[in-house]
Amino acid sequence: MSVTKLEQLSKSVVQGPSLATGAIPTRDWMDIPVKFKAGNYAYVAKKDKVEYLNSQSGLSFPNAREWSPEEDDWKLPEDWKEIILTGLKERLDKFRSLKIFMDCCVRCGACADKCHFFLGTGDPKNMPVLRAELLRSIYRNDFTLAGKLFGKMAGAREMTVGVLKEWFMYSYQCTECRRCSVFCPYGIDTAEVTMMIRELLHLVGIGINWILEPVSNSNRTGNHMGLQPHTFKDNVEFLVEDVESLTGVKPNISFNRKGAEILFITPSADVFAEPGLYTAMGYLLLFEAIGLDYTWSTYASEGGNFGLFTNNEAMKKLNAKMYAEAERLGVKYILGGECGHMWRVVHQYMETMNGPADFLEKPVSPITGTVFENAASSKMVHLSEFTADLIKHGKLKFDKSRNSHIKATFHDSCNPARAMGLIDEPRYILDHVVDWVEMPENTIREQTFCCGSGTGLNTDEIMELRMRSGLPRANAVKYVQEKHGVNMLSCVCAIDRATLTSLNDYWTPGVGVCGVTELVANAIVQEGETRGELEEGLRTMVF
Amino acid sequence: MKYAFSFLAVIALILIAWLGSQIPGMPYLFGIALPYLAMMIFLGGFIYRVVEWGKSPVPFSIQTTCGQGKSLDFIKHDRLEAPDTTAEVVARMFLEIVTFRSLFRNTKSELHEGPKITYESSKWLWMFALIFHYSFLMIVIRHMRLFLDPVPAWIGWLEFGDGIFQVGAPNWYITDIGLLAGCVLLFSRRLVTRHVRFISLANDYFPLVLIFAIGATGILMRYLFRTDIDIVNIKQLAVGLVTFSPVIGTEIGAIFYIHLFLVCVLLAYFPFSKLMHFAGVFMSPTRNMKNNTRAVRHVNPWNPKIIPHSYAGYEDEFREFMVESEIPVEKDLPPKKDDE
Repeated sequence: MSVTKLEQLSKSVVQGPSLATGAIPTRDWMDIPVKFKAGNYAYVAKKDKVEYLNSQSGLSFPNAREWSPEEDDWKLPEDWKEIILTGLKERLDKFRSLKIFMDCCVRCGACADKCHFFLGTGDPKNMPVLRAELLRSIYRNDFTLAGKLFGKMAGAREMTVGVLKEWFMYSYQCTECRRCSVFCPYGIDTAEVTMMIRELLHLVGIGINWILEPVSNSNRTGNHMGLQPHTFKDNVEFLVEDVESLTGVKPNISFNRKGAEILFITPSADVFAEPGLYTAMGYLLLFEAIGLDYTWSTYASEGGNFGLFTNNEAMKKLNAKMYAEAERLGVKYILGGECGHMWRVVHQYMETMNGPADFLEKPVSPITGTVFENAASSKMVHLSEFTADLIKHGKLKFDKSRNSHIKATFHDSCNPARAMGLIDEPRYILDHVVDWVEMPENTIREQTFCCGSGTGLNTDEIMELRMRSGLPRANAVKYVQEKHGVNMLSCVCAIDRATLTSLNDYWTPGVGVCGVTELVANAIVQEGETRGELEEGLRTMVF
Repeated sequence: MKYAFSFLAVIALILIAWLGSQIPGMPYLFGIALPYLAMMIFLGGFIYRVVEWGKSPVPFSIQTTCGQGKSLDFIKHDRLEAPDTTAEVVARMFLEIVTFRSLFRNTKSELHEGPKITYESSKWLWMFALIFHYSFLMIVIRHMRLFLDPVPAWIGWLEFGDGIFQVGAPNWYITDIGLLAGCVLLFSRRLVTRHVRFISLANDYFPLVLIFAIGATGILMRYLFRTDIDIVNIKQLAVGLVTFSPVIGTEIGAIFYIHLFLVCVLLAYFPFSKLMHFAGVFMSPTRNMKNNTRAVRHVNPWNPKIIPHSYAGYEDEFREFMVESEIPVEKDLPPKKDDE
C-alpha cells in the first residue's frame, strides 16, 4: 500500500471536505454508511490464528473464517444480532463505567477536537462523542425507556449489519489513548467504549490480524514477535556483543535463572528491531553499571499485552505469565522496561486480574535501599522510577557531553501519562543525561498526543490513516525541530519507538526516536570501559 | 429540525397547561395531582437509575490521571490530578463538581496551511455552564421560601445578594438573567459550533427550551403578571404540598399553572434523560478512584479464572532448543534412543 505523497496529504488534511476544516455534512450521521476500501481498514485476522486462540483455555474467539470487509457478506453467524445484544447486556452488568458512560454524556462537544484521529481525518465519526454514540444509539434503543418510546427522536437506532460495520471501522480508528477523558466534564473515557465494542465484535468473529497474531504468538512463544526461546536469547546476545564492541564492557546476562533477585520484563520489540534495540542495549549497560542481579525470561518475554486490545480474558491470560514466571523463578520482584500500554495493564489491571502477588516481596532498590511504596502490593517497578532513584542517590556517573550530538524532546506516551501519572520521572532522568526541551504545553504531559498507531494499529496497510492521526504529535515535534533544532524524540514506549519513527520520517525528517534509557546509557561512565569517541552514542557504527 | 421540534413540544406543553387549568376543577390536577406525580417519578426514577448504576461493579481501577502520580519522594506529586488517598479523591471530585475543572481545561484546535495545528484556551463552554448551573441552583434555593414557613433568614440573605444591583421594581435577580442567558448561550452554541450542531439530538435542545420556558414564566409572574396571581395562595399551596395537606384557595392565574406544569414535566423527564449527569458525575470511575493500584490491590468481584499457557507446556514444546542454547530447563531431555 503506497502512502500518499506528503504535499498531497498536507493539503488534504487542511482543505479536505471535513468537519474539522469547516465542512458540515449535509446528512445526519446515522444516514451515512461506512465504506471499506483498501487502505482504510486493517487486514482481518487469519483463520488459523483465530482457531488457535479459540482452542486455548479461558479464551473465546469464535467464527474463524476467511472473509473481507470489502465484501457485503461478512459471513456472520446466523444469530449475530442476538449475540451482540446479549453481549452488550452482559457487559453493562459487569462494568459500571460502561453504564455511566452510556447514560451521562450531554454532548457538550468538549472532546470533539481533542482526538488525534478527528484532527487528522476530519471524519465526524472520529469525534470521541460520536464514536461513543455509535454504541450509545444501540444502547438507547434496546436498554432505555426513552429510546424505546421515542426511537430516533431520542437518538436511538436499531442494530443492523451496517451499524456493526461502522463499529468495526471506528473502534479501530481509536487508539484508546484517553486524551478525551481528560477534557470530559464527566471523565467519559472513549477507551472504555471502544474496548467494549471490540469485545463485542470478537463475539461474532470480527478482529484484525495485527492484534490477533501477536496475541497468539505471545500466548505460545511468550512474545508477540513469535521469537522462540533460543532466538530470543540469541537476539539479546547480539546486543551484548554490540555493547561490548562499542564500550569495552561486556554486560553479564542470564535467562530463566532461578534465584535472581529481579525479573526484568520489557516489550520484545526492544530486542528485535531498531530503534528499540538501542534502548535494550541501554538496559544492558545500565544494569551492568550497577551490578544488578536480574534475569530475563524467555517464557515471559513480552512486556506488551496485545490482549488489552481484544478482550479482558485475553489480556488476563497473557498478563498472567508475568506473575507465574516470577513465582517459578523465585525472584523478589519484577522490574518493567519502557512501554506504554504494558504499563496500563501493569498499573491498572495486573494485580486485580492475577494477584494478589503475595509470593513476591515489597520492591526495594538493591543499590540505594529505596523502598518503592507505590508498588508495594503489585511488586512491579517501572524502570524510569528505578533509574530516577539511582540518579537521585548519585549511583550513576554521567558524562552529559556524550549526548552532545543530541538535542532531545520528550514524548509522553498516552498510558504512562494518563493511566499511571508517570510524567516527571523520565524528565528527571533527561535533565541529568541530555540537553532537551519540551514540546508546546497542549501536547505534553496529560495532554499528550498519541503516536496515532497504538492499540495494535501500527500496521502498514493503514499507513495514511496513521500519518493523519499522528499529525498532531508530528506537528508539535516540527515546532521544536524548527525552533530549537531538536533532532531526537525520546519516549518510554516500545510502540512509540516503532511508530514515531515512521511518523517523523514522513512529517519531520531528521528527527530520530529513542528510548530514555538509550540516552542514559550513552552518558553512563563506568568502570572497565574502553570506549573512544562514539559520535552517535550506542548508534555509532563500529567495524 | 431537532431544535424546532423542541420548541413545538414546549409550546404544546404550555398550551396544555394554559387551557387545561382554565377548566373548572382542573387546578386540582395541575396544582396538586401532577406535582405529586412528577415528584414521585423524579425521586423514584432518580433512585432507580442510581441503584441500577450501583448494581454494576467497578471491576478495574481505571482512573484517568491528569498529573504526576505519587511516586518517589523527590518527584512532586500532583495530589488533585492523580489522587492517592480518599481525601485527595474527595478534593478532586469537589473541584470537578463545584468548579467544572475539566471544562476549564478546554482548548480549541485549528488547522492551518502547512499543515499546522494550533491550540488555544477556550473557556466559553466553561463560562456558559457555570452561569447556567449556578443560576439554576440559586433559583431552586430561593424557591425554598415558598415551601418553608417561617422562611429561614439565610434565604433572605441569598435573595439580597442575588438582587444586589437593585435594578427595577421589584428587584431583578442576577440569577434570573443568568438562567435565561445560560439557556440562550448553550442553545446558540449548539447551533453555531459546527461540531456540536452535528452531534446534537432533540433531547439536547429540549431541556434547554423547557428550562428557558420555566425561567421565562417565572419572571413574567414576578414582574409582569404580578396582579394576576396571588402570592399568598401560592405559598399556601406550596406549604400544603410539602406538608401533605394541599389546598387551593381562590383562583391563581394561568401563568402559575403553566410554570408549575413545566416544572413537573422537567422533574418527570429528568431521570430518563441526560440530565442524570447530575448524579453520574459523582460515580464516574475515571474521576472518583484513587491512583494507588500498585500499592493497594483493587478487587474485581467477577474475576474469571483464567490460567496462562503454562510454563510446562511451553518447555515441552521448546525443550530441545532450550537445552541446545543452554537455557535452564525444569525437565531434562529424554535419553536419546540408541542407534539401531
